[in-house]
Amino acid sequence: MRGSHRSHANYWAFGLHRISGILLALFLPIHFHVLYLAVHNDSVFDEFVYWAESPLVKVAETVLVVLLALHLTGGVRLLAIEFFPWRDWQKTIVAVTTGLSLATGLIFLLNVI
Amino acid sequence: MREENLIVSVWRGDGEQGEYVDYRVPREESQTVLDVVTYIQRKIDPTLSYRFSCRVGMCGSCAMTVNGKPRWTCRTHVSKVAPDGKLSVGPLRIMNVVKDLSVEMSDFFEKWVRAEGRFHPTKTRYDDFDAIKPADNKRKIASAGIECIGCGICYSGCDVVAWKAEYLGPAALNRAWTLVNDVRDGGQIARLNAIAGDAGCHACHSQQGCVENCPKHLNPTASIAGLKRVTAFAALKGGLK
Amino acid sequence: MSASKIQVEARLWLAQRLSAFVLALGVIIHLVTIVYAVRGGLSASEVVDRVGGNLGWSLFYGIFVVAVAVHAPIGLRAILNEMTSLTSRRVDLLCFIAATFLVVTGLRTVLAFHHLRVG
Repeated sequence: MRGSHRSHANYWAFGLHRISGILLALFLPIHFHVLYLAVHNDSVFDEFVYWAESPLVKVAETVLVVLLALHLTGGVRLLAIEFFPWRDWQKTIVAVTTGLSLATGLIFLLNVI
Repeated sequence: MREENLIVSVWRGDGEQGEYVDYRVPREESQTVLDVVTYIQRKIDPTLSYRFSCRVGMCGSCAMTVNGKPRWTCRTHVSKVAPDGKLSVGPLRIMNVVKDLSVEMSDFFEKWVRAEGRFHPTKTRYDDFDAIKPADNKRKIASAGIECIGCGICYSGCDVVAWKAEYLGPAALNRAWTLVNDVRDGGQIARLNAIAGDAGCHACHSQQGCVENCPKHLNPTASIAGLKRVTAFAALKGGLK
Repeated sequence: MSASKIQVEARLWLAQRLSAFVLALGVIIHLVTIVYAVRGGLSASEVVDRVGGNLGWSLFYGIFVVAVAVHAPIGLRAILNEMTSLTSRRVDLLCFIAATFLVVTGLRTVLAFHHLRVG
C-alpha cells in the first residue's frame, strides 16, 4: 500500500476542478471573440462551423463539454460541502459527478457526429 | 507465506541533509510501525531519534509518514500498510525535521493560538454552571470535533498548508469551530477575525486529505465549511473588523 | 494581514460562491442548449434566429457573462497565489484586468447579438 497524502478520490476531484477551471478560463475569451466576429459576418461563423466539421475539432469540442460538465458538477459538489449538511458518501458523490460529466460528453459527441 | 524480515527504509538526517537507510527487522504477529521503529532503535542503531509516549493512540506524539501517508504509528499495523514486507518510515511532511523522525511542531501549535483556539470564559467561580444539554445542537457540533489529539497528521497531509505557509491548517480551524459552537465562550468576534480570510478557513479547497488521514476519524473539512459560512456572512454584515 | 483585508477576502469568497450558484443554473441551461443546437448541424442563421434580438436570451447571457467574470478571476487569483511566485499585489492587478476583460468582451458580444434584427 504505497501512496501519498494525495492518493484519494477527493484530491483527484480537486485536481480535475482546478485543471478544468484554468482551461475554461483560457477558452472563454476565444469563445467570446469568435461569437463577436460571427455577429458581424455570417461567413466568419459558417467558416468556423465548416472548420469544426473536422473530427479532431469535434473531439476537442467534446473535451470542452466534458471540462465544463466536470467544473459544473464538481462545483455543485463543493457548494454542497460548504453550504449544506455534511454527507458521508463523498467518494460516491465524486463518482457520480465524474460519471455525469462523461455522460454529458458522450451525449454531445453522439449528437454532433 | 509471510516474509521473515521486513525491509524498512528509515529517514536518517535533519531537514537539510539525510537519506533513507534500509534496516532488516524481524516480522512479528500484531506488529505496529512504532514497534518496528522501536526495534531499530533498541537493537540496531541507538542513535535513531523519534517521538512517542502513550503507545495507545491518545497522546498524538508518534505521527510519521508511513509508505507515503501520514499515520499514527502506534496504532498502525504493519500487516495493514506493508503486506509485501516493505516499509518506508519518514518524518511528517511540511514541518521542519529536527532529527530523523522527529519534527519541529511549534508552528503547528502556534497556529492553534493564532486561531483563538483557547476558551474565553464569561463567568467567575461565583456563578452557577451553565447547563448544556447533550442533545443541544451546538453541543453536538462541538462534540463532533472535540476529540482531536493534536498529532499533526491532517496538517502534514494538507496541500494548502504546503502551498501557503501562513495557512492555519485543519487542526487549528477544527478547534476554532468547536469553540464557535461553545455557547459559554466570550471570544467569538476575535475568533472570527482570527480564522477568516486567505490564511484562514477561506483558503481551504475541500481536498479532504484531513478527513482521509485523521486517525480519530474527525472531519476538519466539515468544521472549516462551518467557519466559512459563519465568517463570510459576518463579513457581509460588516461584522469582521 | 490587516483587518480590512480579512473582510475583503471573506467577501471575495462569498462572491465566488454566490456567482457559482448562478453559474450552476446557467451552465445547465447552456449545456442543454449546446446539445439542442448541434443536433442536425450548427449554423449561424440558427443561432441568430434563436438569440438575435431576443430580450430573454440577452438577459440570460448578460447575467451569465457577469457571473463568470466574477467567478473565474477569483479562482485564478487563488491559483496564482498558491502556485506562482507572483506577489499578491501583482496577482490582484492581473485578476482585476481579467475580470474587466471578461465583462467587456462578453457583454460586447451579448449586446451585438441583442442588436441583431433578424429580417
